Amino acid sequence: MRALLLAFALMLCSASAVAQVATDATPLRFTDAGEEKRFHALVSELRCVMCQNQSLADSNAQIAVDLRREVLELMRKGKSDGEIKDFLVARYGEFVLYRPQVESKTWLLWFGPALVLLAGGIVVVGAVRRRSRPSSAQAATDDRNEEQEW
Amino acid sequence: MSEPTSGSSSAERKSTMRWIPLAIVAALGVLLFAGVLLSRNPNRDALPSPLIGKPAPAFRLPVLHESGRLVTDKDLRGAPYLLNVWGSWCPACRDEHPVLTRFAETKRVRVIGFNWKDEHADALRWLEQFGNPYLMVLTDYDGKAAIDWGIYGAPETFLVDAGGTIRWKYVGPLTDEVIQNELLPKLAQIDAKGQSL
Repeated sequence: MRALLLAFALMLCSASAVAQVATDATPLRFTDAGEEKRFHALVSELRCVMCQNQSLADSNAQIAVDLRREVLELMRKGKSDGEIKDFLVARYGEFVLYRPQVESKTWLLWFGPALVLLAGGIVVVGAVRRRSRPSSAQAATDDRNEEQEW
Repeated sequence: MSEPTSGSSSAERKSTMRWIPLAIVAALGVLLFAGVLLSRNPNRDALPSPLIGKPAPAFRLPVLHESGRLVTDKDLRGAPYLLNVWGSWCPACRDEHPVLTRFAETKRVRVIGFNWKDEHADALRWLEQFGNPYLMVLTDYDGKAAIDWGIYGAPETFLVDAGGTIRWKYVGPLTDEVIQNELLPKLAQIDAKGQSL
């Protein structure tokens, strides 16, 4: 069973390796698992500028390949994640960040959902109050109601 | 439970409440309509460059037609230039080529080619086949300089003024309309500024 799993895993590995070679002549090599993990976390938070609905990690566009290489190079130069993001934002704009910075331009983006939730909450509270009020208010106005109804 | 029908103020409130869903739907409609209007812009995927108004990135690039010669950003200062990103692999560049050639022939501004991620022989053949509109072609085959310029596709076109500041960028093939309505006014603006200085 274990041998079978191993064979299957090897098959998957070789398949993905072939797919890599087809698009990228020299795949990125990582020095250790920590570097690889950090790299993957970073590129999955960056948006590909060419194919705008993919992350830098997913895209096979030429520019994404180049930018991934650049990101790894910057990592090796000892740049922090923040510095690497700033590097890309300075060149390609805020668009490359899946999580835009909080600033006056993006307040609506960040806090809009909370505002909608708040508005919904106010409507719900209002509705609940209106429903609960008649039972207490009704006692006082019952007589008049009866007069009006009958 | 009988429906509360107490007083006229509550009835009034109820009738205004009745309009709230309609208002929400109307607001959504406005939002969708704005989206439709915005999506009619054919160039809506183009990213605004954060480099506009900033100095052109420093570069040191080989010249396509003169092996061994390197040109830097400082060498190009002194007069405005148009930097056009292209590659022999880029079909849209072929569409753009006659437009760019026509514009380059007016000699309004220096047109510099930025041959991006290409092969030397392919680039030379492409220019021979279609004609060379460029005063000079810089090559960036590893794509390093392109990242500094924020280039992500071809064709892309930058306008850099005499002082080396990026004034304008267009993503996608230039058309006569874009040249008329955007590039020429920008150039006039740069000229006016240069004279007042």
